[in-house]
Amino acid sequence: MDGVKINLKVNGQDISREVDSRLLLSDFIRESLYLTGTHIGCEHGVCGACTIHVNGDPVRSCLMLAVQADGCEVKTVESLIQENGKLNYLQQAFSDNHALQCGFCTPGFLMTVSGFLEENSKPSEDEIKKCISGNLCRCTGYSNIIKAVKQAAQTVSN
Amino acid sequence: MKPAKFNYLRPSSLEEAVHYLSEYGEDAKILSGGQSLIPLLNMRLSTPKYLIDIGRAEGLSYIQEEGESLVIGALTKHREIEKSELVKEKCPLLSEAIRWVGHEQIRNRGTVGGSIAHGDPSAELPCVLTALRGEVVIADVNGEEIVSPEDFFLTYMLTSLQPDQLVKEIRFPILKQTSGSAFVEVARRHGDFGLVEVAAVVDLSEDGSFSEVKLAIGGVNSVPTALGDVERLLVGKEPTEESYKDASVLTMEMIEPESDLHGTAEYRRELSGTMVIRALKQATIRAQGGRVM
Repeated sequence: MDGVKINLKVNGQDISREVDSRLLLSDFIRESLYLTGTHIGCEHGVCGACTIHVNGDPVRSCLMLAVQADGCEVKTVESLIQENGKLNYLQQAFSDNHALQCGFCTPGFLMTVSGFLEENSKPSEDEIKKCISGNLCRCTGYSNIIKAVKQAAQTVSN
Repeated sequence: MKPAKFNYLRPSSLEEAVHYLSEYGEDAKILSGGQSLIPLLNMRLSTPKYLIDIGRAEGLSYIQEEGESLVIGALTKHREIEKSELVKEKCPLLSEAIRWVGHEQIRNRGTVGGSIAHGDPSAELPCVLTALRGEVVIADVNGEEIVSPEDFFLTYMLTSLQPDQLVKEIRFPILKQTSGSAFVEVARRHGDFGLVEVAAVVDLSEDGSFSEVKLAIGGVNSVPTALGDVERLLVGKEPTEESYKDASVLTMEMIEPESDLHGTAEYRRELSGTMVIRALKQATIRAQGGRVM
């Protein structure tokens, strides 16, 4: 194996591993770190299911090599849950509004939207639609996802 | 689908990067943001022996004003341009166009140099660069050279970059305060590849006629195309429905779109005519609004 040593912080925890340079960050997260909340859909940057945060920004983990994340701070969907084990405001909003059907795309939506709401806590419906346009929901549950984002935005801005 | 095996190199400077390129150029690929290259690696459409990751190379990420140009380092991310007040002030066309590049997740990683070097004819930045007659600064072990977009973009995904060269910097001419600009695009979903996109910049004389027009179209030819004949047709004319229509007709004659699963050649041609009118009108309104009458 063409091993490369990488050090990164994942969900607040320091991680040090030797990885194959061709390993995708999405596979590293799922298969080396067992954080299987990050889902893998298309693997070429179209569906958004694998969205995570790198250094605070939502990115597609299937379009990054694990070696590129060396020295970075990574957050996956597992980071959203509150310390007491309860859903955070965004997860709760998705639950309340039935904003998930099969749930496969949900982690990607949550990570995209959580980054978005940090920058814009009072989004218009049009801004919400643009924000989630990079995530595909094959059950076409968009109406409820939009409702959930509105509820979450309400919670944030209060 | 996973990338094929490669040797991973991570230069920390431009000098180190071009040194690797001079050694492995034929067998190597440059990786910057990876938003175009990694899908190609994932699908094994590209299987380089050496992957030169310039993502950590120092001194290649900057946006600054230099004389008449806005100079942007190759590693500058789309998102940084989107957020830049300097870009908004000096080159609003670029600010407007950048929001059409991929989705936010893509713009957070994708770089300006990567987009230019990839040479996708439907990408937004090559279209803006072509409209403005900007410059691409290319580096290799022997130094730097400056290439015009016309000489740089050769055909679909093919540029004049030699195996031992990389894109170091892009120079976008600064727009006059009096000019109006517009970037319009039609895509199947916001953030997807544009079917047709048009970048327009207009300046008006005291009498209200066009004194200068810059126009480029993307998504319809094998390279982003400056519409020089349309520009010349408009200069000296009043911005009337008739001159917009003439510009539209000439545009449809000048382009050679192809059919694909997203749209037929005929559709693209018709759409191009409409989009040119739309871009010109919007740019003209902005030029009129921007003037002290």
